[in-house]
Amino acid sequence: MPAELALPEARRKEVVRQGLSVGIATGLYGVSFGALSVASGLSILQTQALSLLMFTGGSQFALVGVLGAGGSGASAIATASLLGVRNGLYALQTSQFLHVRGLRRLLAAHITIDESTAVGIGQEEPAAQRLGFWVTGMAVLAGWNLMTFVGALAGNALGEPETWGLDAAAAGAFCALLWPRLSTGDGRAAAVLAAFIALLTIPVVPSGIPVILAAFAAVVIGLARHGRHERADEEAGLPGADPTP
Amino acid sequence: MNAWTTVAAACALAFVLKFSGYVVPARWLAGPRISRISALLPAALLSGLIVTQTFAGPDHRVVLDARLAAVAVAGVLLWRKANFLLVVGAAAATAALLRLLGWH
Repeated sequence: MPAELALPEARRKEVVRQGLSVGIATGLYGVSFGALSVASGLSILQTQALSLLMFTGGSQFALVGVLGAGGSGASAIATASLLGVRNGLYALQTSQFLHVRGLRRLLAAHITIDESTAVGIGQEEPAAQRLGFWVTGMAVLAGWNLMTFVGALAGNALGEPETWGLDAAAAGAFCALLWPRLSTGDGRAAAVLAAFIALLTIPVVPSGIPVILAAFAAVVIGLARHGRHERADEEAGLPGADPTP
Repeated sequence: MNAWTTVAAACALAFVLKFSGYVVPARWLAGPRISRISALLPAALLSGLIVTQTFAGPDHRVVLDARLAAVAVAGVLLWRKANFLLVVGAAAATAALLRLLGWH
């Protein structure tokens, strides 16, 4: 794109380096997704399809987490999709500087994730925003898929997942994804309420449903805190808060 | 539901959600109430996932087992600002070790 050419060479290199380093760092986490996905019962091909076509880390972990715990396909899809809502909100921001149409818009949508959005909106000039978005998104896509494959092969070779604690690794991954979202009062309140809802409903509803019911904590806290903590809420929704795509 | 159907539907929905932000007028989705709720959705869902992954046992029972110790270790490591992979690996190792020692 001509707009990128307008960027000074030094600045261009700086943005590319930033995007690539985020891509490599994030891609590494693909190992854990690959291993957990095959441990949940999905095949290597299904695991790879998720990283290539679903391509949104938190939702992928949620999907295989619910399936692995015996939840239904429908509840796994619902949980994963609710987690994916944030990507649509990122797209509202990235569409402001990307100005994409046609096929490029489809590709841009596919790589609209935490990292590409964070690096994109983190730049000053519109040309650097576009460059940062594309380089980061494509680098994460490549790294995440490559390492998913490595993890899936390793997970497949391990055998019984419980022996290696892979079920607990999923819980650990969710802890790491949740952690940055506890930096605000509303985030903490939503997390605590959600935990209670899930704990109380485990005995009475089918597997997979407690997580969906827990989502109502966001509605309750979001409405209860109306007009307060506006700044804190915006910060809680910042892209890049998750360590995976 | 067949595993491939689940994978395909999840992939399709994930794309629709991403694409919607490029075609839907911003004002439809950017109201203060909607954005506050959607900003809190990940925290609520992840917290719900942690609880079910940790406490849900066979026959819808709430159980305390090696997974709880693994999550506790993960929590301490996160508080000590540990890296994502270290947290995940340590959680797995904790559960695996406890099971090796006979505590399931």
